[in-house]
Amino acid sequence: MSWDWQVFCEDTIERQPVESCFGKGGDITYLDWMLSAWGWTVSVSLLALLLALVLGILIGTLRTLPDRPMVVRLGNAWVELFRNIPLLVQIFLWYHVVPTMFPVMRGVPGFVLVVFALGFFTSARIAEQVRSGIQALPRGQRYAGMAMGFTTFQYYRYVLLPMAFRIIIPPLTSETMNIFKNSSVAFAVSVSELTMFAMQAQEETSRGVEVYLAVTGLYIISAFAINRIMAFIEKRVRIPGFVVAGGAGGH
Amino acid sequence: MNLNLDFSFYNWDLISNFVLKGLYFSVMLTVVATVGGIFFGTILALMRLSGKKWLDTPATIYVNGMRSIPLVMVILWFFLLVPLLIGRPIGAEVSAVVTFIAFEAAYFSEIMRAGIQSIPRGQVFAGQALGMSYGQNMKLVVLPQAFRNMLPVLLTQTIILFQDTSLVYAIGAYDMLKGFEVAGKNFGRPIEAYLAAAVVYFVMCYALSWLVKRLHKKIAIIR
Repeated sequence: MSWDWQVFCEDTIERQPVESCFGKGGDITYLDWMLSAWGWTVSVSLLALLLALVLGILIGTLRTLPDRPMVVRLGNAWVELFRNIPLLVQIFLWYHVVPTMFPVMRGVPGFVLVVFALGFFTSARIAEQVRSGIQALPRGQRYAGMAMGFTTFQYYRYVLLPMAFRIIIPPLTSETMNIFKNSSVAFAVSVSELTMFAMQAQEETSRGVEVYLAVTGLYIISAFAINRIMAFIEKRVRIPGFVVAGGAGGH
Repeated sequence: MNLNLDFSFYNWDLISNFVLKGLYFSVMLTVVATVGGIFFGTILALMRLSGKKWLDTPATIYVNGMRSIPLVMVILWFFLLVPLLIGRPIGAEVSAVVTFIAFEAAYFSEIMRAGIQSIPRGQVFAGQALGMSYGQNMKLVVLPQAFRNMLPVLLTQTIILFQDTSLVYAIGAYDMLKGFEVAGKNFGRPIEAYLAAAVVYFVMCYALSWLVKRLHKKIAIIR
């Protein structure tokens, strides 16, 4: 088997090599297409991450509220619902079922629906991590907050959450990397991200190995970048003298 | 809200014609990938814990590589590569089985590794002091305890695996989701089909995770 990396410099319509490997005047090469697909992967993932963080932190926190059994139960139901349906099925639900059942959603582009699907799916996992992060804190922290005369909101804001967030950074890192991997499922509803590019370019050029290698490489680079960024954040927010050991909430 | 749903087309004929075939494949794939994944995962974990560099390094590269690539890409890779390597085309179903065993082995090996490392070193030393060989020590002392420690995590991974089988959609294999989709298309009721698929997946996965939770409690009491 011989390599043919030239394929990335080819025009996507006439399949002629372009000299600079980047198309000019409205033409695009496979390289152009792949980079734009990478952009879609990154945008879908980051937007979904944002949504998942907001929802996940909110629901995860609500699940630990004392004396609010209804709220806790609703939060648990949310987590069970989004955890027990495969992501692909959830994407189909958002893409095919939601716009039909709710006419308001009809004009929403597929890209946004995929962000919703991925964001809600991941929010359940983040909610679970936030809950276990808060519950990993010694009970005395909560009581100390109460004893200081803080309201529930205040002791969450100033006592529990700042510590809990630091504890859950490692699992959040792997969840962020998971979002990037899971964004590949968007191929099923024709969002033009990396996996979609891989499938189509493989079909058009029949240089599957080169195309897949490049796409796989981009996924690995993305995962590695996330890993480094999260490690940097973890280092920046570390409290001197407080070592978090294995998510056990340690002191 | 437009709730003009009609589930009346779901009768036993339809279910046995479209859905059961897919359900059978999904379950079969889950079981085969779990058994195969645990088998190869144990080997990978033992390689990583062997302390020998020439065993550890390739296993580490394999496991970390598999874990940093999306499953869909792995499915596509195998569908492309296996025919190139063996020189003849293979069906989507066979390809899916091979892919899932190879992919899950990486995840199971990490669970195994954590499980084996959770066994106190003293247990290994005690085995050695009794004159056991490495194989005997693993088989009689370490692995039985490790398996029990990690059983809940293994089962949870199996539930995730069952959900992931829906991704064989990428190469057009006929799993349960595909069964629902085909049924929905044939009867012009795709919305109901997707909803029904979601409900079935939910009920199955929820029931399984409830069982795992109970099992977890049972094991926790004994320990």
